[in-house]
Formats: sequence, structure tokens, C-alpha cells
Amino acid sequence: MTTESLIGQEVKRVEDQALITGRGRYVDDLRLPGLLHLALVRSPYGHAKINRIDVSAAANAPGVVSVFTGADLAEQLGSLPAGWVLIPEQTGGEPMATPEHPPLAVEKVRYVGDAVAAVVADSPAAASDAVALVDVDYEPLPAVVDAEQATMDGAPEIHEGVANNKSFDWTVAAGDYDAAAAAADVVVSERIVNQRLIPNPMETRGIMADYNGGTEQLTIWTSTQIPHLVRLLFALVTGHPEHKVRVVAPDVGGGFGCKLYLYAEEVIVGMIAKQLERPVKWIESRTENYVATTHGRDHIADAEICGTSDGIVTGLKVHVYANLGGYLSTFAPAIPTILFGLMLGGCYKFENLSCTVAGVFTNTTPVDAYRGAGRPEATYVVERMMERYAHEIGRDVLGVRRRNFIRPFRRGHDMPIGVTYDSGNYQGALAAALDKFDYQAFRQEQRDARREGKLLGVGFSTYIEICGMAPSAVAGALGAGAGLWESSTVRVHPTGTVTVFTGTSPHGQGHETSLAQVTASRLGIPMENIEIVHGDTERHQFGTGTFGSRSLAVGGEALMMSLDKVIEKAKEIAAHEMGVDSKQVSFENGTFYVEDIQEREIPWGDVALGAYHAKNLPDGLEPGLEAVSFFDPQNFTWPFGTHIAVIEIDEMTGETKLNRYVAIDDVGNVINPMIVDGMVHGGIAQGVGQALQECAVYSDDGQLLTGSMMDYAVPTAEDLPSFETGRTVTPTTVNTLGAKGAGETGTIAASPAVVNAAVDALKHLGVTHLNMPLSAEKMWRTIEDAKEARRARRSAAARGGN
Amino acid sequence: MTTGTTDPFAYHAPTSVREASQALSRYRGDAKLLAGGHSLIPMMKLRIASPQAIIDLRNVEGLRGITENDDGSITIGAMTTYHELVTSDVINSKAPAIAQAASQVADTQVRNWGTIGGSLAHADPAGDLPAVAVALGMEINSASARSSRSISCDRFFRGYLETALRANEVLTGVTVPAQAEGSGSAYVKLANKASHYAIVGVAASVTIDGGGICTEARIGITGAGPHAIRSRRAERILVGKELTESVINRAAQRGGADIAGMFNDDVHASAEYREAMTKVYTARAVSAAVACADA
Ligand SMILES: Cc1cc2nc3c(=O)[nH]c(=O)nc-3n(C[C@H](O)[C@H](O)[C@H](O)COP(=O)(O)OP(=O)(O)OC[C@H]3O[C@@H](n4cnc5c(N)ncnc54)[C@H](O)[C@@H]3O)c2cc1C
Repeated sequence: MTTESLIGQEVKRVEDQALITGRGRYVDDLRLPGLLHLALVRSPYGHAKINRIDVSAAANAPGVVSVFTGADLAEQLGSLPAGWVLIPEQTGGEPMATPEHPPLAVEKVRYVGDAVAAVVADSPAAASDAVALVDVDYEPLPAVVDAEQATMDGAPEIHEGVANNKSFDWTVAAGDYDAAAAAADVVVSERIVNQRLIPNPMETRGIMADYNGGTEQLTIWTSTQIPHLVRLLFALVTGHPEHKVRVVAPDVGGGFGCKLYLYAEEVIVGMIAKQLERPVKWIESRTENYVATTHGRDHIADAEICGTSDGIVTGLKVHVYANLGGYLSTFAPAIPTILFGLMLGGCYKFENLSCTVAGVFTNTTPVDAYRGAGRPEATYVVERMMERYAHEIGRDVLGVRRRNFIRPFRRGHDMPIGVTYDSGNYQGALAAALDKFDYQAFRQEQRDARREGKLLGVGFSTYIEICGMAPSAVAGALGAGAGLWESSTVRVHPTGTVTVFTGTSPHGQGHETSLAQVTASRLGIPMENIEIVHGDTERHQFGTGTFGSRSLAVGGEALMMSLDKVIEKAKEIAAHEMGVDSKQVSFENGTFYVEDIQEREIPWGDVALGAYHAKNLPDGLEPGLEAVSFFDPQNFTWPFGTHIAVIEIDEMTGETKLNRYVAIDDVGNVINPMIVDGMVHGGIAQGVGQALQECAVYSDDGQLLTGSMMDYAVPTAEDLPSFETGRTVTPTTVNTLGAKGAGETGTIAASPAVVNAAVDALKHLGVTHLNMPLSAEKMWRTIEDAKEARRARRSAAARGGN
Repeated sequence: MTTGTTDPFAYHAPTSVREASQALSRYRGDAKLLAGGHSLIPMMKLRIASPQAIIDLRNVEGLRGITENDDGSITIGAMTTYHELVTSDVINSKAPAIAQAASQVADTQVRNWGTIGGSLAHADPAGDLPAVAVALGMEINSASARSSRSISCDRFFRGYLETALRANEVLTGVTVPAQAEGSGSAYVKLANKASHYAIVGVAASVTIDGGGICTEARIGITGAGPHAIRSRRAERILVGKELTESVINRAAQRGGADIAGMFNDDVHASAEYREAMTKVYTARAVSAAVACADA
């Protein structure tokens, strides 16, 4: 195989060999001499005042080295930062509330799981035994867990001085929604709840820290998606100088967004290791993970759509109560606002949009990004309301979509909301999906099935999303506390092998493979000669990290830039060697040559060696062959597609089964189709999981009732059919790879498709909307209620007729 | 907040039932027998259970295996795993409801470890095998250091996680009575999506004579109430009749009558839903048992 052809090839993932043979190195695999183990005392109350903490029994327990309370460490630990502060122009002129977030609570606890004390011992068992001995005198306070209720007068005050528990009221608008609604034939409204989810990465979080008092170097190994940002934020919060902190993300077993922040434990473990001058490790148990690691979604949206009676949508209005949990997590303010509001135009032409979002504190685990992060919530509202509207006017859901689609475009489409889509062909994706799914035949099958008492439904999601996070200036202007560019270093070694240092931080996505494919194709050398290095602030240049399906679209482009620079320099060296001008030199398949002069040919390896041997370099050229690049794109990328779900409902029990799932995604150019398929499959599983079975439930006083995998239903293979996937290809113009990003499409598209299918199955019973998850009981009750209502209507009609 | 470790405990690995029972006596109720560990260990890691000692049954002789007796009854050792039940020819041909229930327990890992003895002794209100024990009329065999006895399944399940076993007794196995000619059994369940435990699980066994009349019926229901409960009111409607769809449906309407007022109500399902599903699943279980008898 020539290396040129590696782009678009299903190369097997090079990282898997180590991972599936038990040679991966996760934080918990790391050991240091003299290692101590840390366990946290966490609040069992949703909301309580801390009157007193007595650590004496714990401190005297066998194996215990030290016990720290929030008061002991208040100075060193500081307050966790809000990494994204919404701008007053979008929050009604009021600055958003960013209350203090002490890593160890001092005066109050604000959610079950809030850490109040840390026990350090010589074994994990001794540390957790001693946790039970820390005596905390709590004074329980009234709690509130529902975002809407938290804003009402008389609700408990969670942060002092934060009126109605609102961090912000964020607004974005286009056109004039009220005028559009006034002029519309039809206005349909619906309350749409997007329930709270628990991210569930395979590996829980884990942290190990080691401090050398001699050099003042602090090393923190942490299961994170953003090692450089963790280092930066750690330095800002603790005052420990940034250049004296090294953060390493070793193998990371999944994140889905929940490892995208500076967490309290990173600060606690780091600063305690520094204080004790001994290595300290904390590994999160699954039970802790459920309450101490961020959750996702949790929106209550009141949506309204308006349009003509013949199917032209003219406007959409959405008000959201976004649950933020007990404190602001690092990127929490951006998720329900920027990543939600700017997407509400979907792939449709309507020009009037109004979106307001109340960000609300509650006595629950903090909420932040979870796969899709704001975009699934937006897509769910848009795609649900499109079908809701189509039903209302009695038109076909596809016909209505087609009428409202933006026409295909290759180079930018300005949306009324102020964003510019890069490229799109929404009709094309829908057509490709309908090639796999015979819509007319299904409608016949559905009618036949209904006659046999079987409930079948089909649902669509012609989604769009935002990827490739992205232009730093745009993000900065909207409140981002950090740039969103990406970096790379390409280091060519004297033997011609190459190490690529990427600022992205993969944790399952397969960058070691995809980025090596890009490098191999560009340099014409075998993949085995390329090493991809990431996740270590000491080994490579600052990088932003992996989230928002940005790694290839942004990080891949940064890699292309460094490869270009290296090739340019190598050409100069080769030209000098061949005695020609570097403009005459071509480079292909790992060989430098001069067109038309056969014998003038130098292989890649010779040039690499020459660069370091430096005995025959052009005048003024530095030795070595290495380049660093930082790529800041001019726009986001906007993948899109059509997903189709077919579900069957057992009328007697409400049990819902996903019978078929067709997914056409357009993620632009594809480097490795197998990796993209894997991403799409996993994403769909999570989206279907949300639609059918996942839901984090709190009691009114703030206890997480679904506190374990015995209660919280993560989908498994047996819950899912074999997915029928495919692609259309509309390259982006934002980067030269033409790649848009594929990490989240499945999650974003799936939940509306499935719910639309369920509503379709029950439409004849008068059902217009269902909130997720579509548990058997909820479906059963819906069917029972609908039948009851129908009986009531019939008997009323019969009476009326008499 | 637990961090995934247990409280300290002593560990014993006796080799006979007698030693195991003596160890239980020595700790005066503060020791736990360990079988597959798939109920006990999670509880210990959550520190809901913190016994002083664990008495591991794995080396105890004579607690494993499936034997078909001369009288047609089947004896199953307490330490027999779900996997062994699922793959046993004897079970699949003579008492298929056991295999059906065992195959629906959780996942492969749990089925490789969990045991029939552990399941019955633990008496989880949503456990699968307790319903089958009731429907097949199993005898539960137990022994202490001094004596042994057998307890009818009708008297074995006493309450939430509560059985008729005494503090020093080891459950040694069960005896499944010989199933008469024309018998069939089945187990169906509405599973909790997360744990796979039964929201409602129904086991039914019926015997149908040459004239197509039901001569015996037993129905065991799990998940719905505080423990596995026999649905006598539904059985009564079946016995003496030809099991047509309408008879089955009529019986099923009484499926939950023996649980009235005791339906579980939790984050997974309301009492009302469980009650409704008890009826639906009773009908499905009886129909499947009839189909099995016909086959
Ligand atoms: C993820 C998961 C999912 C599960 N899903 C299901 C499910 O869908 N359906 C279901 O039915 N179960 C389910 N279970 C429980 C599983 O079936 C357990 O294995 C079973 O309940 C207990 O059997 P064990 O052999 O593991 O017993 P152990 O956990 O070892 O013991 C359980 C209790 O019984 C006592 N005990 C055990 N053996 C004896 C004996 N011979 N004599 C006296 N006392 C004894 C122990 O002291 C202990 O109190 C699940 C468990 C897990 C972890």
C-alpha cells in the first residue's frame, strides 16, 4: 500500500493492541514509592450548614497519615474558576453570578457528594475506613433540585446574594419572533424536558500527585481531556507557578465531556501532596463518580413554533431553565447558552428566533458538557418542534422539512442568528437516508401492524451541529476564558522517523491512528515510523485538548501546518544537495526529486539525516528538522445528517423496542471510516440511551435516587439493533483536510429521532409529545390515558348525539 | 459516601456444612455465608452489610450439582451456578422454567458466579429464582451442625430479604418435585433496564390431563411485592378448566390479588404499574406454560 492512499482507509487502530491486552496505563496503574492514598468525606445532604468537623477519631485510626478539612486548606486551595463568563451584553446588562467554589466546602455543602474533608492514609482501605470516622455536624437546610422551582420566590437560597438562584438570564434573538407569531396561521407550544444524564465513562476519574520539595516541581497525573488547561487553571487557583506544574493525562478511559474541567479533587490531591511532600493518589469509586463528576443536560424548555398552515415555518421561541447544579463547573455557562442558542436555527430557513436561558443553581451535582453539550438539547427542541408543527397542520414530516430546508451550499451560509454555516446539503443527506429506508413501504407496514394491534412508529432527525471548537476570537468575545486553537509539533528524527506532538488529548477517539494516517500520507513514510504523543504538559507545547469534535478539524489542521513547514525546510535541504533551486523540488511518496531530471532524487531519510548532520546545509539555514504550529480556525464546522428510527411499542406493557436505526452523517472528508463508524455507533447508543432509558433522578431533598448502575440504565448491546450507517461528503472550507468532526453526531441526532418515532406510533391516539426517557411505565400510562380520553370523547359524542 | 471498599472482616473457608454451621453459631448472627457473592459483596462494598466474618462455601463438599432422582424429582445443590442451570439438559427438559429464569438473571458474569442457594437465601424481592421455586413447589433443604430439614417453598419466603432459615443453618440445596405427565412451566419477566432484576416476574407451572383440563397450577410472582408470592387466587381460576385464552385472562386479572396492598413502589416503577403488569405477565407466563405442556 502506498502511504499516499492512507487517507480514507480503514486502518486498524494502533492504540488498541496495548489497551486490549492489558498494557494500557491508566492513573490507577501508576505507582510511586511511598505512595499515600486519599479518600474524601462527602456530604450526605443536598444542602446543609457545616457546624463542626471532628477529625480526631479518623486522625488516630490505623494507617492514617493526615486528615484535612476545608478550613485547614482554605488558603492553599482557593476557589475553582468559572472558565466561561457570559458577557453582560447577552445577560441583560447584569454580570452573571460566579459564586465562590471552594474545593473542600467550608461553611456549607450544596449537593450530595460535595467534598468536606480529605483523609490520607497508607492504603486505600485505611483511608476509606477512616472516612467513616470523620464526624461532621451538619445542620440540614431546605433544598431544591428542580431548576424552575429554584427560581421561585421563597426557594432556598443556595449561594448568598444570588437572587432566585439565577446565575444568569441569557438572551439571543434574530428577526422578530413576536411579529412572526402574530402573523402566523399556526402557533404550537410544548414544554420539552431534556432530562439529566450521568456520563458514565468506563474509567472513573483518578488523580496522582507528586511533589519534589527540592525543585518545587509538582506533577499531577489525572484522567482528563485537557491537561494544559488543568495546569493553567491549577496555577491560577492555587498560585503554584505554572512552570512548576506538570500535568500528565496517561491513558484515559473515556470522558464524554465530564473530564473537561479543573475539578476540586485535582486541587485537593495536588496541594496535599505538596504539603506532605509525599505522592498521593485518589481513585474515584463508581458511587462517587455518580455524584462527584459532572452530569449533563437537565433543561426544562418551553418552546413555541409558528408558521403558515401549508408548512412554512416562520419562527421559533424557546425559554429554558438550565440546571447548573450546586456550583458552576468550568464550562457550565457556555453549554446551555452559546452551544444551545446559536444552533436553534437548525438546517431551516426561518428568520425569527428568540431564545432566553435562565442558568439556575440547585442542590444537585454540577452540570456541564456531556457528549454533544448543548447541541443535543437544541437539536431535540428543533427536530421535535418541526414534527410537532407538521402534525398540527396535518402535513407529512418530511414534506415540511423539505419545504424549510436551506438550499445546498458549498461556501458559507449566513444564519439570521449571526453564525455562518460552512457547507451543507441537507436534502442530499435526507435522500441518502431514504435510499436505505423505504418510507412509503413503512407507512403501509405501520397501517397493517396497527390493524393487528401492533404499534409501530418512525421518527426523523435532520440535524445540524457545531463542531471544531474553534475561533478563539469569537469564543473570547462570547466569554471564553481560554483560546480554542490547537497546536502541533512535528519532530523529524535523524533516521527519518517522526514524533508528532499534538495538543489534543484523546481518550478513546483514535488520534494515534488518524493523526498518524495524516502524517504518513503527507510524508510518504510508513505509519510504524510515526509516534503520536499527547497528554503531557512537559513533553509538548500548550494545547487546548479534546472536546467538541475538534481534534481533527482543528488539531489535524495544526498538524498539516507543521508538516508543511517541515516539508518546506526539507525541500531546501534537498535542493541544496541536488544543486537546484528549492522551487524546482517536488516531494512525493517520501522522495524529493526534480521534475524531468531522473537521477536527481533524494529519499526522505537522507534529508532528515542531512538536517542533523548539518555538513551541507544552505547558507543561513538552521540545522534540525522540526516545526511547531498553532491553528486558529476562522469558523466552526457544521456537520449534519439524517437519522431515522423505527420503534415498536408493546401496547399491553408500554415496553419500547428500537427495531431499526438508519444514520446518514455528513462529517466532511473522512480520514478513517472505521473510526468514524465507531464514533457514530457509540454516539447513537448514547442518544438512544437518553431517549429510552437513562435518567438521573433526585428526591426533593437532594438525594440521587439513581445512584448506581443497578438503578441508572446505561444502554447495552441487547437494547440496540444493528445500526445502518452511511455518509454523504460535503467538505468544509474551514480547514484544508475538509474534515468537520464526528465525535458527537450520533448523540445529537438520535434522541429526537427516537422520540419522534414514539410519538408517531401513538399519534392516532391523540399523543402529541412525550418526555424522555420513554420508560415502559411512561408509555403504558400514556397509552392508557389516551384510550381513556378517547372513550370519554366517544361517550360525550354519543350523549351529544342523543 | 462509600469509596468502594468494605469494612474489615474475618474470612473462613470451611470444608463441611457442619463446620460452616458451627462458624455461624460462633459469630452469633454476625457472620455471613458467601456463595457467588453477587448480592453479598456489593452490599458490603456499599457498607450496607458489615459482617464480622465471611464464611466461604466454595470448599464445602456436596453443595454442587444437579441430580435426577429415581422418583423423577431433581436435587440441585445450593452452590450450583445460574450458568450450570442454564446449560443443564435435565433442567431444560424437566423444569424449563428454572433455565428460563436463570438465563434472564443479569449478565454472563453474574450468571457465572451467582448460585441458586444464594438467590433463595438472599430472597431479594426482585430475584428471579424465588418465583420459580414457588411455581415448581420446590422443597428447600437446609442443615445445621446437628440436624437437617426441608422447608416448603410456600413457607420459605417470609418478608423483605427474610426467609425461614435459622441463623445457624446452611441452605444445602433444593428438591424440585417430579412433574406429572402433561406438565409445563415457564418464566417471563419485565426487567429493570439497569439491573435486569424483575420489575415483575412471573413463573407458572400447569399440569393438563388427557382431556385438556388443568389439574394443577402454581404461579409464583416476584418483583411486585416484598418477596416472592404464590398467586393462589389466580391458580384457583385455572384448576379444573380448559385453559383457553379467556380463562387465562380471567385468572390473570386475579394475578396480583394475593399481593394487594403490598405492591412495591420505587424509582423504577409505581405500585399501580406493577399491579397492572402482574396481570399482563401472569397471562403470558400461564400461556407459555400451557404451550410448554402441549409441546
Ligand atoms: C449486576 C447484578 C445484577 C443482578 N441481576 C439479577 C437479576 O436480574 N435477577 C436476580 O435474580 N438476581 C440478580 N442479581 C443477584 C444475583 O443473582 C446474586 O448472585 C444472587 O442474588 C445471590 O446469589 P449468590 O450466590 O451470589 O449469593 P451471595 O451474594 O454469596 O449471598 C447472598 C446472601 O445469601 C446468603 N447465602 C448464600 N448462600 C447461602 C447458603 N447456601 N445458605 C444460606 N445462606 C446463603 C449469604 O450469606 C448472603 O446473605 C444481580 C446481581 C448483580 C451484581
